[in-house]
Amino acid sequence: MALKILTEHINVPGIKTLEVYRQYGGYRSVEKAVKTMSPDDVVEEVKKSGLRGRGGAGFPTGMKWSFIDKKSGNPRYLVCNADESEPGTFKDRYLMSNNPHALVEGMITSSYALGANLSYIYVRGELLYVIRILQKAIDEAYAAGYLGKNILGSGYDLDLHVHPGGGAYICGEETALIESLEGKRGNPRNKPPFPAVKGLYQNPTVVNNVETIAAVPWIVNNTGDEYAKIGIGRSTGTKLISACGHLQKQGIYEIELGVPVEEFIYSDEYCGGIRKGHELKAVVAGGSSVPILPAHLILKTANGENRLMTYESLADGGFATGTMLGSGGFIAMDETTCIVRNTWNFARFYSHESCGQCSPCREGTGWMEKVLYRIEHGQGREHDIDLLVDVAKKIEGNTICPLGDAAAWPVAAAIRHFRHEFEWHIRQPQEATQPGAVYREQVLV
Amino acid sequence: MSGYHHTTTTENLPTEHLNPVFTSENMAEVQVILKRYPEGKQKSAVLPILHIAQKQWGWLSSPVMDYVATMMDILPIEVYEVATFYTMFHTNPVGNYVLEVCRTGPCCLLGAEQVIDRIKERYNIHEGETSADGMFTIKPVECLAACGFAPVMQIREQYFEHLSVENIDALLDQLAATDPKTIGYVGNMPVDVK
Repeated sequence: MALKILTEHINVPGIKTLEVYRQYGGYRSVEKAVKTMSPDDVVEEVKKSGLRGRGGAGFPTGMKWSFIDKKSGNPRYLVCNADESEPGTFKDRYLMSNNPHALVEGMITSSYALGANLSYIYVRGELLYVIRILQKAIDEAYAAGYLGKNILGSGYDLDLHVHPGGGAYICGEETALIESLEGKRGNPRNKPPFPAVKGLYQNPTVVNNVETIAAVPWIVNNTGDEYAKIGIGRSTGTKLISACGHLQKQGIYEIELGVPVEEFIYSDEYCGGIRKGHELKAVVAGGSSVPILPAHLILKTANGENRLMTYESLADGGFATGTMLGSGGFIAMDETTCIVRNTWNFARFYSHESCGQCSPCREGTGWMEKVLYRIEHGQGREHDIDLLVDVAKKIEGNTICPLGDAAAWPVAAAIRHFRHEFEWHIRQPQEATQPGAVYREQVLV
Repeated sequence: MSGYHHTTTTENLPTEHLNPVFTSENMAEVQVILKRYPEGKQKSAVLPILHIAQKQWGWLSSPVMDYVATMMDILPIEVYEVATFYTMFHTNPVGNYVLEVCRTGPCCLLGAEQVIDRIKERYNIHEGETSADGMFTIKPVECLAACGFAPVMQIREQYFEHLSVENIDALLDQLAATDPKTIGYVGNMPVDVK
């Protein structure tokens, strides 16, 4: 059995209660941190662990923490990003609803490291039932003296609250999340200043993903060096992968970073292969915004090496032949999947979720959606493919936040690897618009 | 998107939307929420308070939003601009059940579009419309973060998973025969554990 850090005790009956959670070693990291370590010691351990942001960007967590402005003397905040909404990703919901104290403990230990006395967990509004579960865990932690004034007699104070969103993908972007937490529309802010200097209420703020924060207690208990031994190279530790689409066993899997992609898809320990009678066509490996790869490129790199579930291996080959680990939202598609339809669907998603602040994104996402719609519905024009590539290029890098990039990449990648499917839709619309019609190699031969 | 317009007239509004006031239970919850934010930053509470308002009134009419603004001591526009930005808030009347079916990629790989079509056909309605009996509003939504249990639908706080054209009719029959007040607030849902 592979090592489990985040989900080791998740199936224990009653683990949602503080009593059972503590029987399984819960809240030890709070004791250890506030009684025996300085805040900087905790930051140092997280730095040594090599832990990287699990929300998608993969930025080193310890480094992010070290940027927080401690000199100004302004109040500091830790905000947990639980606005999980990247299509294909459903790991944080699982962790929060089944093991809420893991997040609460991580929030306390991490807030201590940052010197925050007030912290929030921003949960996407749709998950109101998860908010109730978290609130119960927080109430228990207050009653047990892990939250509130003078935690465990250490002199450290912390208040922790849950805050619901209202249904907006953009609020997963950290500055949009901060705006939303201030009670405004989720329009991302220009950076700099970064949240570490001016974040929530214009005070120094760190925003971390649920899974990132839930990994901190293990690191504090077992040291950063031990955590760094798990995984391969700069991809240390374990990662939750939410696997969906045409798989035998969809679900949430905690893997040690470095598992070969082929093993993850086909072994019975993980997804158990593609659904019966079908074969793998393509994979979106890290949530809808990362480039889609055809089966041969997801299993092996362009150089013929086995592709591994690590930040580096999945990115091998750049965007020409590689992709990204992203949030770990692993979407597998079999040969019945129409790539054009799926690309249109994702384009519609980004068009719907664009906050409308930057014109390249506001106009560009809607434009791509309309062009893809007409191709999918048999009204495509010969120059439409080049038009899509052109629009995607002009969105990418030209917006305040990464939503523009996230919208451009899936369109560009689908055309890069499946151009013939778009051409088929445009040149043979009669066939392509039949219900369930999917391009097959032999069609154009 | 229909959500960008809201009714500015009080004509034809149900009586509970005229001179709206939170129930004492909801007001108590609002007071607890307001204390979660630092002094002078109470505007932060607008999203959680709007969720409570929508739970009480079903949707957010102008008088309800004005009431929230007055209560929070912020401008009405500060409430309108938030209520129209976030897709969970209904700024037009809705049926007893809002069927929020996910229409994003992973759910569509496993038949979400067919489920949505079946619901529309069953009640002879378009997206955003309500069935003639006032029971069901169909509102396709973007990813609900439950892709491994696709296709997925949300009603209030509850998720309904693994939908199909085969099982959706039975589910809707069951909902139609149940007191709407009892559905959607049960809190938990099954999650496969690996």
